[in-house]
Amino acid sequence: MKNFMKRYRLFIGLAVINILLIAVFPDIGLKSVNITWSNTLEMLSVIPPIFILLGLLDVWVQRDTMIRLMGEKSGIVGALIAFLLGSAAAGPLYAAFPVAGVLLKKGSKFSNVLVFIGAWSTTKIPLLLFETSSMGWRFTLVRFLINIPGIALIAYTTEKLLNKNEKALIYEKAGTMD
Amino acid sequence: MFTIILYVLAAGLLTISFLKDRKKTKIALKKAWKSFENILPQLLSILIIIGIMLALLTPETISKLIGQQSGWFGMLIAGVVGSVTLIPGFVAFPLAAALLNGGAGFMQIAVFISTLMMVGIVTITLEIKYFGKKAAIVRNGLAFVFSFAVAIVIGVVLA
Repeated sequence: MKNFMKRYRLFIGLAVINILLIAVFPDIGLKSVNITWSNTLEMLSVIPPIFILLGLLDVWVQRDTMIRLMGEKSGIVGALIAFLLGSAAAGPLYAAFPVAGVLLKKGSKFSNVLVFIGAWSTTKIPLLLFETSSMGWRFTLVRFLINIPGIALIAYTTEKLLNKNEKALIYEKAGTMD
Repeated sequence: MFTIILYVLAAGLLTISFLKDRKKTKIALKKAWKSFENILPQLLSILIIIGIMLALLTPETISKLIGQQSGWFGMLIAGVVGSVTLIPGFVAFPLAAALLNGGAGFMQIAVFISTLMMVGIVTITLEIKYFGKKAAIVRNGLAFVFSFAVAIVIGVVLA
């Protein structure tokens, strides 16, 4: 119970703020509750298959296989797999982090995990369809084409800026997260 | 549509997994639940923050912030608004299209969309949980800067 309170204290605090908001500015407070509620429903509708796939990935894909596909020596193929995996996703970015955690745990190269995050955040296929219909294909195409080198650049620079210890710590953390 | 594909994929693989090895499948489902429960406190907090933020930052307010402004200052505002908000794509793109019609420039809109997708201030606590402080800050910082590069290219190509 004490642990529960500690883990959820931020959430509880925010809920209290929202309740106060309802008391002081009813229209803003109630609107916020409405938005939160519809986002929660949306989250609950997209998230279950992502986590089931994550569980299956964790159980069925051997560490050796993952290292071969996306590990240190996987080269351009590993980055490509990461990019396709991220682009094929559906769902908000926050759902990508637990999947990234499993990829790290199984021995994926850190930059490949960052490529995965980059692709998930910005070149997701469902998102591109939306973008084309409201912004036009030229805007979408230009953004897509520049995003590909951009995702790689961000991934490799981020990895380069971390030293060995910092990276080791990230992998250690991913390994214990079960 | 894609959500349906994901459901079909998850259900299909789950069935295959179950037929092959019941015990492993059970472990997989347990892991799925644990990974979800693990991020649940942050997730719930993020949902409330987004709710309060979007109640304050309505599409009208966002239009006012980046609609009239032009130039570098407008881009900077677009970048900050895009970084701190988290709006689902099916709301964000029509909003961006409406902003364009309302007189905002392509470059401001490009910064807004790019930061919206790649930079997550609200989700950074979750990101830190998996990547550590430094990697999370560096990734978001680079994505912020990169969003301006995207905008410049779009400005040059589409102008």
